[in-house]
Amino acid sequence: MTHQFQNVYIDSYSTVCGPYEADGPLRKNFDKIHQDLYCGEDSWEQAEVHYLEDSLKLLLKKASLEKDDIEMVISGDLMNQITASCYASLFLNAPFLGIYSACATSVEGILVGSTFLENGTINNCITACSSHNLSSEKQFRNPTEYGAPKPKTATFTATGGASLLLTRKKTKIKVESGTVGKMVDFDQTDPLHMGAVMAPAAADTIYQHLKDLKRSPSDYDLILTGDLGLYGREILKEYMQKTYEIDLSQNYNDCGCLLYDYEKQKEVNAGGSGPVCSALVNYSTILKGLEDGTYKRVLLVATGALFSPTTVFQKDHILSIAHAVSLEATK
Amino acid sequence: MKNKKYEAIVKKHQPKEKRMQHGLVAFLVGGVLGVCGELLLEGYVNWFDLSRSEASVYMLVTFIFIASLCTALGFFDKLVNFARCGLLIPITGFAHSMTSAAIEYRKEGPVYGLGSNLFKLAGTVILYGVVSAWFFGMIRFLLGIGG
Repeated sequence: MTHQFQNVYIDSYSTVCGPYEADGPLRKNFDKIHQDLYCGEDSWEQAEVHYLEDSLKLLLKKASLEKDDIEMVISGDLMNQITASCYASLFLNAPFLGIYSACATSVEGILVGSTFLENGTINNCITACSSHNLSSEKQFRNPTEYGAPKPKTATFTATGGASLLLTRKKTKIKVESGTVGKMVDFDQTDPLHMGAVMAPAAADTIYQHLKDLKRSPSDYDLILTGDLGLYGREILKEYMQKTYEIDLSQNYNDCGCLLYDYEKQKEVNAGGSGPVCSALVNYSTILKGLEDGTYKRVLLVATGALFSPTTVFQKDHILSIAHAVSLEATK
Repeated sequence: MKNKKYEAIVKKHQPKEKRMQHGLVAFLVGGVLGVCGELLLEGYVNWFDLSRSEASVYMLVTFIFIASLCTALGFFDKLVNFARCGLLIPITGFAHSMTSAAIEYRKEGPVYGLGSNLFKLAGTVILYGVVSAWFFGMIRFLLGIGG
């Protein structure tokens, strides 16, 4: 399902990241860096809240708004019961919607927010997301200090908070259209190879988006998937070509591959992941590119693997989803 | 029913793990650890005039202490990343699994955090350690080896 929007624009954006992201190639693009993974808090969970709260406060400052001006907050993260989003949004005292689609959360937020804005229910809205490498490790894998060896296909959950202010007022970036993805099951069961889990969902959503709008990849300056990583990116390219005869070799990349420096940062294995991975790359770099004219139209396809440690241990398939949003530089 | 076409694509892009190298490093590190243990055991026997079985307990406790200290100081996971099973399989890995769990769950309090999560990883080792000890004990008993 693809919907075209007429009255939704991106006003401001903010990104706060951790030390690993700051060591990556996008360092200078982030608004704020916390070198301490604890952020001075007592636990990883509180640290994640801190990252997201910082990002929300920074967003208000950049947009020159008071918290009372915000009409709605839509946020999600990886933590159980999306608690990071709930605690971080408390200070805003605004109507709140919690969302979850794992690493596809950032774009889901933009889609939900845009729908409210398009029909005039509200005039502005914040969409945010966060993740923390160590709160995720603790919840999904082993105690953080355990450091169990991982295969090369494993991805590294990004640490940070990112938020976006959507508005009905015309700005330099327009939210032009969006595609809500479908649940996809390709019988994948390996939580340490998320690229293979999520590539079919990305393919399905990209195909649907292009078909609905009668476009081809060349209508975009850049197509970016969320966090397929090095191997997932190659799987997607080949799968797209073989299944839909869509060529992604020219203008396609993956946020998980852009966030870290593979030469220096061996611990990231196949690349970045987590809700904030694609948000950090998009909000810090791609949106600036749209503002300064580097890009005219960009398709962001955030991809999420939907599972819990329980379903993995019970040997259920890992489902995946991808949501797409097309952003345009206004003339 | 797996999607065969897709599985073929995934397989084609599957990176090769350096199994040989990892195995060799684990073998060497584990072996060196074993030699150190043996030397320490001999040392305890000679220095403190202990029997071999008593000395082996002291040797294990020493290893557990050193591994736990390294975990608490925050660099054992980096060593594990290099030596992998060379450090995880010996008693050092067992100590590491408990200390790392203790550090991780101390914020949830002594009962719901530390108490219920301390054996999160080590519990498996204990359970199947006991089961296999019983199993091999039975084999020895049935074959008439040992007492």
